[in-house]
Amino acid sequence: MKKKYSIFSLARNAIGHHENWWRAWRSPEPKKKYDVVIIGGGGHGLSTAYYLAKEHGMRNIAVLEKAWIGGGNTGRNTTIIRSNYLWTASAGIYELGLKLWEDITHEVNFNMMLSQRGVLNLGHNLQDMRTIERRVNANRLNGVDGVVLNAQQVKEKVPIINISETNTRFPVLGASFQPRGGIARHDALAWGMARACDEYGIDVIQQCEVTGIRRENGRVVGVETTRGYIETGKIGAVTSGNSGVIASMADLRLPIESHPLQALVSEPIKPVIDTVVMSGAVHVYISQSDKGELVIGAGIDKYNGYGHKGSLHVIEEQLAALVELYPIVSRLRLLRHWAGCVDTCPDASPLVTKTPVQGLYFNCGWGTGGWKSTLGSGWCFAHTIANDEPHPLNEAYSLKRFETGAVIDEHGAAGVAH
Amino acid sequence: MLYIKCPWCGWRDESEFGYGGEAHIKRPEDPDALSDAEWADYLFMRTNPRGSHRERWVHTAGCRRWFNAIRDTQTYEFKAFYKMGEEPPGGEQ
Repeated sequence: MKKKYSIFSLARNAIGHHENWWRAWRSPEPKKKYDVVIIGGGGHGLSTAYYLAKEHGMRNIAVLEKAWIGGGNTGRNTTIIRSNYLWTASAGIYELGLKLWEDITHEVNFNMMLSQRGVLNLGHNLQDMRTIERRVNANRLNGVDGVVLNAQQVKEKVPIINISETNTRFPVLGASFQPRGGIARHDALAWGMARACDEYGIDVIQQCEVTGIRRENGRVVGVETTRGYIETGKIGAVTSGNSGVIASMADLRLPIESHPLQALVSEPIKPVIDTVVMSGAVHVYISQSDKGELVIGAGIDKYNGYGHKGSLHVIEEQLAALVELYPIVSRLRLLRHWAGCVDTCPDASPLVTKTPVQGLYFNCGWGTGGWKSTLGSGWCFAHTIANDEPHPLNEAYSLKRFETGAVIDEHGAAGVAH
Repeated sequence: MLYIKCPWCGWRDESEFGYGGEAHIKRPEDPDALSDAEWADYLFMRTNPRGSHRERWVHTAGCRRWFNAIRDTQTYEFKAFYKMGEEPPGGEQ
């Protein structure tokens, strides 16, 4: 049993000037053989391993991370959590994710700093408002909380917003509001889940890049890595932007394109906004971190790119939208700016699926919106790997949907361009 | 911002261009003969390489013509620009 984090351990370590904290997880050498190998030590991969252990009693699992825990998209997103998607299939998986978020801090004894401060999605014209009404109604029918706000109600929640209908190109007419949405700390999830996996005896192996997938008679038998060959009968690939690279190792093609997605934070200021506001139409979203920085993001860069960098005019456009919506930010300076590499699907919905290769499973295509569903995706993917069958919650998220045409078009609720 | 050479207009800023994704995806010659899986492959599946990528661009704010380019998706460096219908430099990949 691992030592618990608590007020007492904090006090004890404060006396020792925080120099004697125990290691949160081991750095094991890879074993020769595992029952399941998870490729990718991001939030989705670690959650998958965690739920394989917790829900399905498996222990002989490795999570292979090519760099370090928390260095990929898990540590690069803008931390927004919500489940107000349009379709029933989405309500299932995203709402499961949100419910798991609500318990995970206590479950793994690691403070995820979940702050359910609510999420607004703005409407700027009549059609936006009709879409919002429709989506909120669909949400409520699916048991997902949500209300429609008018412009005045938006202004009450977000005093810094400009709701003037004159001299604005995109006036704010209203918004959808999901009170249970909010933000959580991304690093905490990476570290907390790595620690929780380690506690189950799962090997979290960093600096171990997969370079090949070995197959015999149409089923996987192992992975080649930069730290040697590892035998396994089941591989879960959870590598977001690099999914296409892993797929090509097994001669598979995916309906996925990898794009840069940029985000930025301002210098820290006093609290000005205590909720999350997104706008699909003018392409910007904003929240304020506990440190006081405004966390700002928008859509992807249009071209395919693995380079973890994007083009400056994309930033310029989202900041122009930001200044129109919140005039007081016009003289703020930017503190940091970075990019991740996201895997976008044509219908803006993910793949949590078996593949034509026996024993090879893919969890990818979350595009710009994977963070919120980290836990729900891991839970469903663990079920899929353990039983070699999808759970009813992720049945619709198969590769087959591109053959049957039963795609799950979430471009509207995805909020910003995929 | 990328700096892109339109084969007709020369070097221009990326903001003048639209992006068309993977190039050289051939329209099925006999659409009725295609299975659902083959349709899915044509419509949705992409090579999405990390490295050299043949892709389509359109000079939206200029001559509005489409053309092809070869670009490294890791470094974003363009290797070649060529007109629609022309063979990609370096031959088939």
